Amino acid sequence: MTGRNAGPAVREDDGVLAWGRVHRGRHRVAAPAWPGDLAAAARASAGDTSTLARGFGRSYGDSGLNLGAGLLDMTGLDRAIAFDRATGVLRADAGLSLDAVLRLAVPAGWFLPVTPGTKFVSLGGAVANDVHGKNHHAAGCIGRHVRRMGLWRSDRGLVECGPDSESELFAATIGGLGLTGVMAWVELALIPVASSAMAVENERFEGLDDFFRLSDEGSDWPYTVAWVDTLASGARLGRGVFSRGRHAAAGPLMPHRPGGPAVPVTAPGFLLNRWTVGAFNRLYYARPGSAFRGEQPYDPFFYPLDRLRGWNRLYGPRGFYQWQGVVPPAAAREATRTLLERVARSGEASFLAVLKNFGGLESPGLLSFPAAGTTLALDFPNRGARTLALLGDLDRVVAEAGGRLYPAKDGRLPAAEFRRGYPAWRDLEKLRDPMLMSSFWRRVTQGE
Amino acid sequence: MGDTKRILVLGASSAIAERWARLRAAQGDRLLLVGRDPAKLEVIAADLKARGAGDVLTAESDLADTEGAAERFAAHVERLGGLDVVLVAYGVLGDQGTAQQDVGRLEHGLRANFLSAAVWCELAADVFEKAGGGALVAISSVAGDRGRGSNYAYGAAKAGLSVFLEGLAHRFAGTPVTVVSVKPGFVDTPMTAHVPKGGPLWATPDRVAADIEKAIARRRPVIYTPWFWWLIMLIIRNLPRPIFNRLKI
Repeated sequence: MTGRNAGPAVREDDGVLAWGRVHRGRHRVAAPAWPGDLAAAARASAGDTSTLARGFGRSYGDSGLNLGAGLLDMTGLDRAIAFDRATGVLRADAGLSLDAVLRLAVPAGWFLPVTPGTKFVSLGGAVANDVHGKNHHAAGCIGRHVRRMGLWRSDRGLVECGPDSESELFAATIGGLGLTGVMAWVELALIPVASSAMAVENERFEGLDDFFRLSDEGSDWPYTVAWVDTLASGARLGRGVFSRGRHAAAGPLMPHRPGGPAVPVTAPGFLLNRWTVGAFNRLYYARPGSAFRGEQPYDPFFYPLDRLRGWNRLYGPRGFYQWQGVVPPAAAREATRTLLERVARSGEASFLAVLKNFGGLESPGLLSFPAAGTTLALDFPNRGARTLALLGDLDRVVAEAGGRLYPAKDGRLPAAEFRRGYPAWRDLEKLRDPMLMSSFWRRVTQGE
Repeated sequence: MGDTKRILVLGASSAIAERWARLRAAQGDRLLLVGRDPAKLEVIAADLKARGAGDVLTAESDLADTEGAAERFAAHVERLGGLDVVLVAYGVLGDQGTAQQDVGRLEHGLRANFLSAAVWCELAADVFEKAGGGALVAISSVAGDRGRGSNYAYGAAKAGLSVFLEGLAHRFAGTPVTVVSVKPGFVDTPMTAHVPKGGPLWATPDRVAADIEKAIARRRPVIYTPWFWWLIMLIIRNLPRPIFNRLKI
């Protein structure tokens, strides 16, 4: 208790890792435990440099790091402020996890309007990256469902913003990578559900044409996504499993159970190679679940990887690169085929390859990643120059197709590529809180 | 659910107490939060309501001060409309060096961590005895298992509390009254924010809270949390003095 009243404690931490485990380094960390400590903790962590709010560290690359400077650990600010069970409006600290939101919302018949592929992210992180999910074609990004936000700025103090007040700041903060102010709280409109179960239909497809056909046919399902076998080539190129789902029409409202096994140690770097991943892909494609039709709980439907805590350790001590790009509809078929060909030809094994068609619903966010078209997400064990060469190749395909890449993902997105994909970056820079900075932002805007 | 409990949390803004209260809120229980800082209590109360608590009341009170303790405790019970579970969670980690140089601080630490805690435990025990049931849970510490040069002031108070709880558990053995003495090891909380962390010995307050829930359900009189502290303390308690004296712990 003595520590609680003695002003914000700051510690030096050498071991701060991004989720991809490629980027790591020393930070000066402060962890506020009470909303009233936020400003003092932010200033203490910044010292005479800068700081960056961080949640659960699920950004893969350098967008959640501020190497050599300050970091504000927001996970202690994890309280709900108000939850209206009649309207489904939740106001909560930005450090509250989506996991916790589901626990309080599901029993009352509410669900996240948009969720990424893990529930272990904070509300603040979800908004700062304007996350999308399997329902992008039906619901857009999470930014569309944010009603208001409380931002602490070093130059203005606490500022409340929303679509109708401080709207410029509001738009810049959605997908703003945490640079426009420290998000203190978020008010989110949840969606009603009648059951915690999902009605699901999985279906194997033989190639890319089938993927596009199934996506068109499945557009009346609120949730669609496809897994692709990136090691399949030739006639099998682009084969995979198409999954669609909707919240079940009736049933019990049960929140998910905690737990599941954890990866105890960092696996040796050779564990995931083209042969082991190839074998996994063949098994995954062939397993009965790939043709499953029926009901399943929401947890395995939305968050299969959450069942294995610390799965990023499977990639070995050198970590991995996650890569995600989107290409516009007109170029989608051609560009997606080229991307998959390049991956298949490289022999680099992507364990988790996800393909999805985004819809046309626009986000209010200034630097939001999703746009109408087709998105492909891949991850590759870090094998140094070989991996980087392949990612550079993929970047060029996306650039030629007029698409763009996801900043939260890879931590090596080239500055020129970022600026081309996000011409509004200068507007964000104008609205950036002078005390806030990230390794990513330094790299892509200052040519570090 | 249906069977909601009336719960009194003494020292509700402690990290362990707050995490445990969240588990209870999700069950729809009714809670009274007692602590020194009303602003913090309000923040926690709002959160617990959102998480499903049946009702959340707050009371500002300096728990280290036992003046009028019986009346104050009775007032809490009356506001809750009865009592099913009490968690005694407040405490002062203090600094051993300060306690050695300033006997006023030493005395304050003993008062907060042992004397007052014993008083609240006795008052709770009395209510449960008359009601014919209830669960008394108090946070002690592994620090009370053996006196060590680095924190014997804190350790002595927790040792006293551990023995007090052991006695209560003995007194209520075979009755519907449950007494649980919780002995956490290193817990990553604001109370230990100044200590460098990391490594497998550090537990989260969520983990400790989950262990407390399990201990109440299983009516365990003493729990180490996480469990491996039982083994660590078994070794430390039994180290021969010549070896123990060489350790800087």
